[in-house]
Amino acid sequence: MPTVTYAGHDVTVNDEGFLTDPGQWTEEMAPQIASAEGIGELTPRHWQVIRFMRAQYQAKGTGPTVRVLGKTSGVTVKELYQLFPKGPAKVAAKIAGIPKPRGCI
Amino acid sequence: MGTAIEKVSIIVSKGSLEGIYPALIMANGARAEGIEANLFFTFFGLDAVTKKRHEHVKVATVGNPGLHLATIVGALPGMPGLMTSYLGHKMAKLDIPPIPEFIELISDSGAGLYGCQASCDLFGITKDDLIEQVQGIITVGEFYAMAAGGQIIFT
Repeated sequence: MPTVTYAGHDVTVNDEGFLTDPGQWTEEMAPQIASAEGIGELTPRHWQVIRFMRAQYQAKGTGPTVRVLGKTSGVTVKELYQLFPKGPAKVAAKIAGIPKPRGCI
Repeated sequence: MGTAIEKVSIIVSKGSLEGIYPALIMANGARAEGIEANLFFTFFGLDAVTKKRHEHVKVATVGNPGLHLATIVGALPGMPGLMTSYLGHKMAKLDIPPIPEFIELISDSGAGLYGCQASCDLFGITKDDLIEQVQGIITVGEFYAMAAGGQIIFT
């Protein structure tokens, strides 16, 4: 597993760049991960999604899919894709330091 | 990882429930992965985006061996509706959206939806007959131009 340094801390990530241990994540790491995903600045709307992903993961052990995000996060599907053009659930999960959500829909 | 897929163009040619869902799932899944996706509805696949039909798409109960139902039973009046309703309940339990809602989700995700010119001519369908998410009725040549550089999936 590769090791990368975010916000001065070494963390291990998988081949796709997702943190292997969500416990290693801190909010300070988010902007750097986002920047690597092509998101220059994290707005309060980005943070709403990131914190929601994190909370859902802690409650359920898995992050929500885009459809679930659109129905429950308070951010519409259209806006989700504007905030995270490369895939809202996938990219927000990576920035939130949680595993990539599984699920086909 | 090899070369990642960056664009898919999915052709929907069938008008049955089992003909339409796989294409919608693949399109939605592509967008969720950040892959550009376009859907091209042709022949009976147009039912998925036709205003008066998209809420009434049914499972094929005849000529569908996967259903494990005697053909003569599948042909009984009401069978397509019954099987569709049965599957619909199972899908709702899994939070799989009905076709109209699914197509709205896919459109909101930034995928392009298009009708096939030849099929629309054949069935006498105009843009007004199609749901608002359909961006246009295009020719096969325009489809290929749009699909250039990506993968094409025919369903």
